[in-house]
Amino acid sequence: MNIIKKFSLGILISLFLTISANADKIKIGTEGAYPPWNSKDASGKLIGFEVELAWTLCRYIGEQCEIVEQDWDGMIPALIMRKFDAIMAGMSITAERQKAISFSQGYADEVASLAVMKGSSLEGMDTPAGINLTKPNTAAKKALKTLTTALAGKTVCVQTATIHQNFLDSGDVGKVNVRTYKTQDEVNLDLASGRCDAALAAAVAFSDYAEKSGKPVVLVGPTFSGGAFGNGVGVGIRKDDTELLNAFNKAIDKARKNGDISRIATKWFGFDASM
Amino acid sequence: MDFELMVNSFPKLLNATAITLKLLSASLFFGLLIGLLFAVLRISKNPIINKFAYGYSYVFRGTPLLVQIFIIYFGLGQIEYLRTTVLWVILKEPYWCAIIAFALNTGAYTSEILRSAFQTIKPGFIEAGKSLGISNKIIFYRIQIPIAIRQSLPAYGNEIILMLKGTSLASTVTLMDLTGVAKYIISTTFKPIEVFIVAGSIYLFMTFLIHNLIKFLEKKYSF
Repeated sequence: MNIIKKFSLGILISLFLTISANADKIKIGTEGAYPPWNSKDASGKLIGFEVELAWTLCRYIGEQCEIVEQDWDGMIPALIMRKFDAIMAGMSITAERQKAISFSQGYADEVASLAVMKGSSLEGMDTPAGINLTKPNTAAKKALKTLTTALAGKTVCVQTATIHQNFLDSGDVGKVNVRTYKTQDEVNLDLASGRCDAALAAAVAFSDYAEKSGKPVVLVGPTFSGGAFGNGVGVGIRKDDTELLNAFNKAIDKARKNGDISRIATKWFGFDASM
Repeated sequence: MDFELMVNSFPKLLNATAITLKLLSASLFFGLLIGLLFAVLRISKNPIINKFAYGYSYVFRGTPLLVQIFIIYFGLGQIEYLRTTVLWVILKEPYWCAIIAFALNTGAYTSEILRSAFQTIKPGFIEAGKSLGISNKIIFYRIQIPIAIRQSLPAYGNEIILMLKGTSLASTVTLMDLTGVAKYIISTTFKPIEVFIVAGSIYLFMTFLIHNLIKFLEKKYSF
């Protein structure tokens, strides 16, 4: 009995120490499963554009930081419940999310794209290279029509709670059969297995997967930006935490001026995705 | 607490409950057939058949249901050869993958429940049958099976309830069951507590119904 008592006391003390040691650090939540934005290396260490950028921003803020992992579908609830203080997880700034949390200024932007397996009937759609949905012009509207016809009755796979899911749910490309997955990895797996006729995500997420897996994944149709796809990726922060929001905005200003953001972005994306 | 959200999400969750019940009933149906078959194999005197049946229940009771459903859905989907066979028609669909995983899992538990029920039948019942000149086959179908089913009712009731909760894993392979729709609503409202309370209450209510049905059957067939 005595041993059990001592043992549980020891656990309690060490738990308490971990909690108190982390009390005044800024905790940043990331997913660790959305390369090249954020992912994990073979040893389980968090790596990626946002992990490196987070450390840089913390240096500018001048506070201790800790990066914690959180599943994507619980990201915003976890922030609200104070499991961490900021989100850096490739999260686009959208009006829908802004109802629940605040965002810093954007630090990087990406375009979304549909992907299929080589040989798919969806290859070779006649659309412009990219369309912006904030104020869609005639060409963009025409492209959406082309997509609506091509995707009718098709199964399109996306990660859950993403801008990509919102876009498909919005009806801009008609009624498609949307399948949602917990992680982008699972979307990639089912795209490769043929369960999905197409998948929608950040274009870089697909090129990263194609490169690492050697699978013949090809991008089709236009790249998407604006509208349901939001206005760049920013740091998500609780609405009442204006002090931290200002600190991050200032740190992003500095990092941008010193060229840190474009340097880190070029390193991870292969092109300058900073904004 | 956002009560309006709770009220608004209720009909959507209730709709999704239909899928949950479909998954549950299909899994229990196939699981019972598998369970009955393997329970009989388990009491076989042939050591090879016996070991085979034991191996099946050992593997499916010894690994998490989530792992089983992932292996069947994502794992089998990676085998290129399989995708060219006729099996892919079934394995392509998340619905059937989920039912296969659930049925195999509940089948393993059901086989153990029925096996122990068979083995606890008092020899007197069988001897009484024999002394009346009833054939072994009839003894098996008219005496052993009915008694075994009655004996296993309480344990099987638990298994139904466990399986009901197990169906929530269907949402991990893209099915929009009760949990899947709850997660979907949370993904747009960012309010997990409210939605999960409603979804949890629906699960609880279903458990209540199953529990009472089993209790009723126990009373009705008591001896």
